[in-house]
Amino acid sequence: MINLTINNKKLQVEEGTTIFEAAKLNNILIPHFCYMENVHQIGSCRICVVEVEGGKTLMASCVTPATEGMIVHTNSERVRDVRKVIFELMLSDHPKECLSCWRNQNCELQDLGNLIQLHEFRYEGAKSKDVIDSSSPSIVRDSSKCILCRRCVTVCNEIQGVGLMNPHHRGFSTFIGPSEDELLGESVCTNCGQCVLVCPVGALKEKDSTAAVWEALYDKSRTVVVQTAPAVRAALGEVFAYEPGTLVTGKMAAALHQLGFDYVFDTNFAADLTIMEEGSEFLERVTNAFNTKEKNHVLPMITSCSPGWIKFMEHRYPDQLAHLSSCKSPHMMLGALTKTYFAEKMNIDPAKLFVVSVMPCTAKKFEITRPEMFSNGLADVDAVITTRELGRMIKDAGIDFRSLEDGEFDSPLGLSSGAADIFGTTGGVMEAALRTVYELVTGRELPGIKLHIKPLSGLNRIKTAELKIENPLPAYSFLNGVTVKVAVTSGLKGAAELLEQIKNGTSPYHFIEIMGCPGGCISGGGQPRPVNDAIRTLRLEAIYREDEGKLLRKSHENEDIQMLYRDFLGAPLGHKSHELLHTVYAQRSKN
Amino acid sequence: MPSPAYLLKRVDFIFKDEKDWKEILKNSINRPAHELINELISSELKGRGGAGFPTGLKWKLTAEVDDSIKYVICNADEGEPGTFKDREILSKVPLKVLTSMAVCGHVIGSKEGYIYLRGEYFFLQPELNKSIREFKDYCNEINFDFTIRIFMGSGAYICGEETALFESMEGKRGEPRNKPPFPSTYGYMGKPTVINNVETLAHCYTIFEYGSKRFYDLGVQYSRGSKLFSVSGDTPKPGIYELELGMSLVDFVDEFGDGDTKAVQVGGASGFLVPRKGFRETTIGFQGKLTGISLPTGGSMMLFNSSRSMYNVLDNYLEFFREESCGQCTPCRVGCQQLLNGIKAVKRGEKNALYLNKLMRLTETMQYTAKCGLGQSVANSFSAIVENFREEMIY
Amino acid sequence: MYPVTELIKNLADRHGRERRNLLPILQGVVEQEKYLSEYSMIEIARELDLPASEVYGTATFYSFLEYKKMGKYIIRICKTITCSMKGKNQIIKTIEDMLKINVGETTPDGNFSLLQTNCLGFCHKAPAMLINYEVYTDLTPEKVREILTNYINKKGREE
Ligand SMILES: Cc1cc2nc3c(=O)[nH]c(=O)nc-3n(C[C@H](O)[C@H](O)[C@H](O)COP(=O)(O)O)c2cc1C
Ligand code: SF4
Ligand code: SF4
Ligand code: SF4
Ligand code: SF4
Ligand code: FES
Ligand code: FES
Repeated sequence: MINLTINNKKLQVEEGTTIFEAAKLNNILIPHFCYMENVHQIGSCRICVVEVEGGKTLMASCVTPATEGMIVHTNSERVRDVRKVIFELMLSDHPKECLSCWRNQNCELQDLGNLIQLHEFRYEGAKSKDVIDSSSPSIVRDSSKCILCRRCVTVCNEIQGVGLMNPHHRGFSTFIGPSEDELLGESVCTNCGQCVLVCPVGALKEKDSTAAVWEALYDKSRTVVVQTAPAVRAALGEVFAYEPGTLVTGKMAAALHQLGFDYVFDTNFAADLTIMEEGSEFLERVTNAFNTKEKNHVLPMITSCSPGWIKFMEHRYPDQLAHLSSCKSPHMMLGALTKTYFAEKMNIDPAKLFVVSVMPCTAKKFEITRPEMFSNGLADVDAVITTRELGRMIKDAGIDFRSLEDGEFDSPLGLSSGAADIFGTTGGVMEAALRTVYELVTGRELPGIKLHIKPLSGLNRIKTAELKIENPLPAYSFLNGVTVKVAVTSGLKGAAELLEQIKNGTSPYHFIEIMGCPGGCISGGGQPRPVNDAIRTLRLEAIYREDEGKLLRKSHENEDIQMLYRDFLGAPLGHKSHELLHTVYAQRSKN
Repeated sequence: MPSPAYLLKRVDFIFKDEKDWKEILKNSINRPAHELINELISSELKGRGGAGFPTGLKWKLTAEVDDSIKYVICNADEGEPGTFKDREILSKVPLKVLTSMAVCGHVIGSKEGYIYLRGEYFFLQPELNKSIREFKDYCNEINFDFTIRIFMGSGAYICGEETALFESMEGKRGEPRNKPPFPSTYGYMGKPTVINNVETLAHCYTIFEYGSKRFYDLGVQYSRGSKLFSVSGDTPKPGIYELELGMSLVDFVDEFGDGDTKAVQVGGASGFLVPRKGFRETTIGFQGKLTGISLPTGGSMMLFNSSRSMYNVLDNYLEFFREESCGQCTPCRVGCQQLLNGIKAVKRGEKNALYLNKLMRLTETMQYTAKCGLGQSVANSFSAIVENFREEMIY
Repeated sequence: MYPVTELIKNLADRHGRERRNLLPILQGVVEQEKYLSEYSMIEIARELDLPASEVYGTATFYSFLEYKKMGKYIIRICKTITCSMKGKNQIIKTIEDMLKINVGETTPDGNFSLLQTNCLGFCHKAPAMLINYEVYTDLTPEKVREILTNYINKKGREE
């Protein structure tokens, strides 16, 4: 233990604790800016400096470890003076256009201003950069607002392993982004939006699609259908000042109706459908592996519902694409069904249908532009808006979200099981799939408390589990005694680790779930800010609550799904399914 | 009346021939590490790269860390404006530097050394490599396992800062790291590392050759030994001179000035500017309890006579810092630029003279909050010039 | 002269393919090509298994790793304080007049580029300049004209 004094308070902290953490543990708040707990501690903004007695200079508290006998002042005259000057310096290279900035009132630089209270700008001078790159369908980069905190650099490199966001040049000319002439839209960016999520200011933002949605809503000749992903309901509340982890499923459905959408569907329905298709695909591959002599199977099979992950794979491991499940992501399936099954059923001209997906994800904005995602010349989905954008639309429409009565999803594409809910979190797709696959193989329910596979949930980077098959149904007798090995990861760095194993031929797994964003969709690039591990955990718990709250827990028991196969699709992996629900992948270059 | 020039004591250690290097190497590596460390500690040699950290202590701290891989690095990035003595050492007595690096390897338990040579000195490479080969051959001959390589810089002043230098050697942008941890525990490739300036290593050789006393007897309290000075600017005899530490600036100016010296920049752009009225009370050495002001220097002494505009001087420095800042921390990255804009605005009359005081606040902030020595030191010359030559800044 | 792809491969073979070998490889390419084209940087990234953006970010940090096309001879005039006091502006003017280019430009024949740089460590012999890796000191307009004439003639002889 280390003894130190901060602002005349005597404290004891563990060795290795920084001054900042020591202060925080004892309810002394030090203004800070670039710091992100456990993720990004590089000491570059210098806002968090404190005075340490005996030191020649001040110290950045977020990176300086507390040492025995240290006497620290966080609010001395000098500290407050210099903090103000540093803040002024930040602003001197920043366009102060808050009123037209989409981060207005939700901006960490403004928050800092609230603490520091400036009354004049003393150091106006040069501005270093003003590039606006809107080439990507997912992300817009406005470098004039970049404050060079480098959070995006850490996230894109250390957590996602993509390595696109980097500092370039030097001195006052330093800028953060892809290299000088490289456009995001033409780069290896996976569109995951993790950088957008951590950017404290308006320098990185999602490409706005609300305008297109409003236009469709006002267009009387169109039938506008909306669907919402599982993770949205666990985070949308935060936009309206609910505690993180509050489920707002009913209010969300009500708000969507009020916004004027003609039909409000649930992407969860398609999540159940995904389990039917993906589960069948897995069984097919496993059957090939264990039951036939010709070894033409490709295992492990990897889930394909995260478009950020898919693009990463296409750039990095173009020679391993056969491992990917051929299933489209759930919202694409639902889009395709809306324009076929639903259109037929309701007798609507598919060309007059406009499908909007509300997603926790920025990569899905890119996904709908892929040429594979068009059927009969029509886009499966016409627009993707993020949770944050939906929040903005609701506010813009003057809907008092907190006082809404709970609404309902519309059928026939609205009913879903608990298995579909957990698609929103890391480990969820795997668990949902195993609930169905295990039962199909053995005729018994998946063992485990409340149908959960505990080791697969939570925020650890790579999680694994094994499931031994005993006494299978006769059709699967060849699986008797086989131990099925599965792995789950979220965040692309972990994905690369698992892919390297596959590449080397050392992967022990049969089935792998990969989600592009750390924690899964609950902390996708389109979710409300801030996101940290505490908030991830709260959202994750909310998702499991939603699952456990349902009577229907397994995808194959969803009656609407059964009806869909009966009336329209035929069997899983059948001809229609292939046409509408499955896709192919592209080989892309590494840089 | 000029004071007698003999007050400046010329010394000739550094460039004295290096013909005995083999013997010195062999003798030294047969001495136990603690004995060599004590030799350096009692010589009171302090680093000649600018910061003045006691060399013996640096070696001792690194020797004490338990690790099978350690590095010795010779800092030959010499980028401080007005400094050019390290190149001279490396071209005239390279074997002295190599010998000291190897002895350091023996002391701390390292088998690998690097010379980080600034890109501007590319042309030194062939000769230096020849010396390195000669040195290696001898090491092989006596069965001493130590390998020295050159690592070339590519034009970045900040890479002279030790942790930026490590980053650069690791193939990254030369951005200074947070300290702690210090190089003695976490240096190049995260391994314990001794990094010394070229001249520091050359002095080590002198100490290994003659013993610590010969070195200690030179100079004054807190500033022992001799030092190379790179003299440039308005002087009739620009060049490199080895002088005893502790000299008074008055004597220096008498010897090197052109009779009209208005100010001396001690320690390069990041050092201190002393106006004429301060010559008498300033001595050259490391801070200690000496009376008057004692200024450390990496050896750069630039003289300005009265024909020079101090505004231009400051403008030139700020331009230098603005370009050479690594761009990592806010105070330095933005500060250097807005200081430059600020003095230009005052000069053009767009801001009034009081604005200079606000700029002083800004440099003070940089001094206290910048992440590394570059940003911290901008205040040194800025405040001296603005305080002493205020009219030149305005009109 | 190697084709750049081969050059990069050779350099990587010689120096290694770890991150810490990046600078020597970049330097090797610049030594031959005088600058790092986008193509070279992507090749280097591929060879070292690094994101291209990191290679670019590292290269642009260093002022000697040019990333715009440069002439065969890169002239770098020191612009730091002593050289500046000792007449570097006249030197630049002389060269600009002679080569008919401004600072930052390359002659149309692709032979010379004119740049400024920071202190070269020859302040006692100011003003100073580099032509590629060669240092020239105590410059005067006459001396510079002579030096450049030599380069131009040398160039002529080579062709
Ligand atoms: C901005 C900056 C530039 C520096 N440049 C050099 C340099 O060119 N050469 C050098 O030896 N030390 C330089 N230093 C000092 C080094 O960080 C380090 O203190 C020195 O190499 C240690 O060696 P010494 O103890 O032998 O002096 C620089 C420091 C800073 C902050
Ligand atoms: S980023 Fe923040 S401070 Fe900057 S203009 Fe936008 S709202 Fe204002
Ligand atoms: S969206 Fe993801 S991959 Fe793209 S730049 Fe941001 S963090 Fe990197
Ligand atoms: S883009 Fe945003 S997160 Fe990235 S450095 Fe700039 S301000 Fe920080
Ligand atoms: S003070 Fe300047 S050079 Fe040093 S870390 Fe900060 S920006 Fe970089
Ligand atoms: S918060 Fe500590 S340096 Fe930015
Ligand atoms: S100022 Fe030009 S070489 Fe030093």
